[in-house]
Amino acid sequence: MKNRAWAFVSPVLILVALNAFIPIMAVINYSLHYSFAGSAPEFVGIKNYIQVLTDPDFLGALGRQFVFSFAVLLVQIPLGILIAMGMPQKGRWVGPSLVLLGIPLLIPHTVVGLLWRIMAADQVGIISKFFSYFFGYYYKVAQNPVDAVGTIFILDVWHWIPLVALLCYAGLNAIPEPYYQAAAIDGASGWATFRHVTLPKLRPVLIIAVLLRFMDSFMIYAEPFIITGGGPGNWNTYLNLYVSRRAESYELGYAGAASFIYLFIVVACCYIFFTVMTATGKGDKK
Amino acid sequence: MKRRRILFICFLILLMFPIYWMVINSFKTENEIFNMTTFFPHSFTFKWYQEIFTNSMWTDSLINSLTYVCLNVIITLLAAIPGAYAFSRWKFRGSNHLFFWLLTNRMAPASAFIIPFTELYFTLKLFDTALGVAIAHCLFNIPLAVWILEGFMSAIPKEIDETAFIDGYSYFRFFRKVFFPLIAPGIGVAAFFAFTFSWVETMIAKSLTSSMAKPMVVTIGVAAQALEGTRWGLMSAVTVVMIIPGAIVVYFVRNYMAKGFSLGRV
Repeated sequence: MKNRAWAFVSPVLILVALNAFIPIMAVINYSLHYSFAGSAPEFVGIKNYIQVLTDPDFLGALGRQFVFSFAVLLVQIPLGILIAMGMPQKGRWVGPSLVLLGIPLLIPHTVVGLLWRIMAADQVGIISKFFSYFFGYYYKVAQNPVDAVGTIFILDVWHWIPLVALLCYAGLNAIPEPYYQAAAIDGASGWATFRHVTLPKLRPVLIIAVLLRFMDSFMIYAEPFIITGGGPGNWNTYLNLYVSRRAESYELGYAGAASFIYLFIVVACCYIFFTVMTATGKGDKK
Repeated sequence: MKRRRILFICFLILLMFPIYWMVINSFKTENEIFNMTTFFPHSFTFKWYQEIFTNSMWTDSLINSLTYVCLNVIITLLAAIPGAYAFSRWKFRGSNHLFFWLLTNRMAPASAFIIPFTELYFTLKLFDTALGVAIAHCLFNIPLAVWILEGFMSAIPKEIDETAFIDGYSYFRFFRKVFFPLIAPGIGVAAFFAFTFSWVETMIAKSLTSSMAKPMVVTIGVAAQALEGTRWGLMSAVTVVMIIPGAIVVYFVRNYMAKGFSLGRV
């Protein structure tokens, strides 16, 4: 029986090994060598790591990345819960609502970037027309850092709130009606019902929502690249864009070390969050 | 309750506005886009769509995109169905650690992988082929599909398998006649997620192709930086063309979508 189990899982193992283990080993290998534009690699130990961690450009991109990801979470999670609570739970409007919410999630990142680039275009785009018409403000995504960062932020909120809302909708649907009836009999206020009935029950989906949103927003790449090419200056250059720029100029040692540090940061943040949340969750259940 | 419903409707309008804007822009003439602000096209034109579907640059990349996405769905399901069956029947049930390991496959920043990926697929002679991109996308699609299918399979009692084998069914016949009909919704959901993540992925597809298998997401990225980037009507029409396949797929799985995103944890 055991041999048969191995035969069944071997395709999965082979494909994951090919795509995950071999490249990650190669990245570690690059990160320990110095090579430039095809010269023979020379072993340099952890020098590349020191170079990355003392590079102000890398640290700047990392800082912007953290600010961006936390801002995204702070806005998307509460709004997502609120929107899910307004969704119809049954009846004929459920289907259309789900389809409309799902559409943005299936638009490729490049296309989302392009869509917003068209809307944000200087003078011609609807966003700049809106600002100049209602506020007399001259909106310039390519030159003004506030406009550029704001546009990317609103874009991400627009693209991904549906995901949070869909997850919370599934979570809300799983709460049995008697819970709310019991709360109503006890005379609980709207806020108390939300705090002590709804929120604890949403915990598992909220953990997924925070993890997915954190790791995906930490990897934002195509949208700022298409809209402003990471500019103005470095204002929209987030970590993925910065590292891939170095990788594309064949600085393999630097890019390898930066990638490995990058991966380590994402995995560490997610792991800490995940263990803390599941551990406190156990205490709640009693 | 009423107030919440109004909030939801306002949100849906805001959510749909950019998409509506693209659709109407794609039917406007150049003059109308640049010189007027109209919420419905005055002079209806199909010329942007005509240009896309008669230019081989666009049609070839669209076909390339659809080819590797479909190949990826097939490879993912072929590998994940037996894998998930093994996990659900013979070994441990999904623990928190398996769940976390699954998620780490989505955490790898693509910038870390592009160079080793390119070298690896070059060595395998799969560089610049649709098959290469399809196999590379298994990186994140296979763990996800295994997870989703394992959830659906574990809900089916083991006794069904045992009864079938006592009745003298072979593995193949058991899968075809008994098991597949039972887990059909699970296969549908897994296929949907494989489609989604392969369809929206940009970086790996970009680094593994150069000319023959260039996908739509790359062609769009290049065009947006070039002269075409200022031809808003054409760009809007391209955007609409890229939204349609996703919208169709969403329609078919709307009732399972939320459950799938929560990886069965509801």
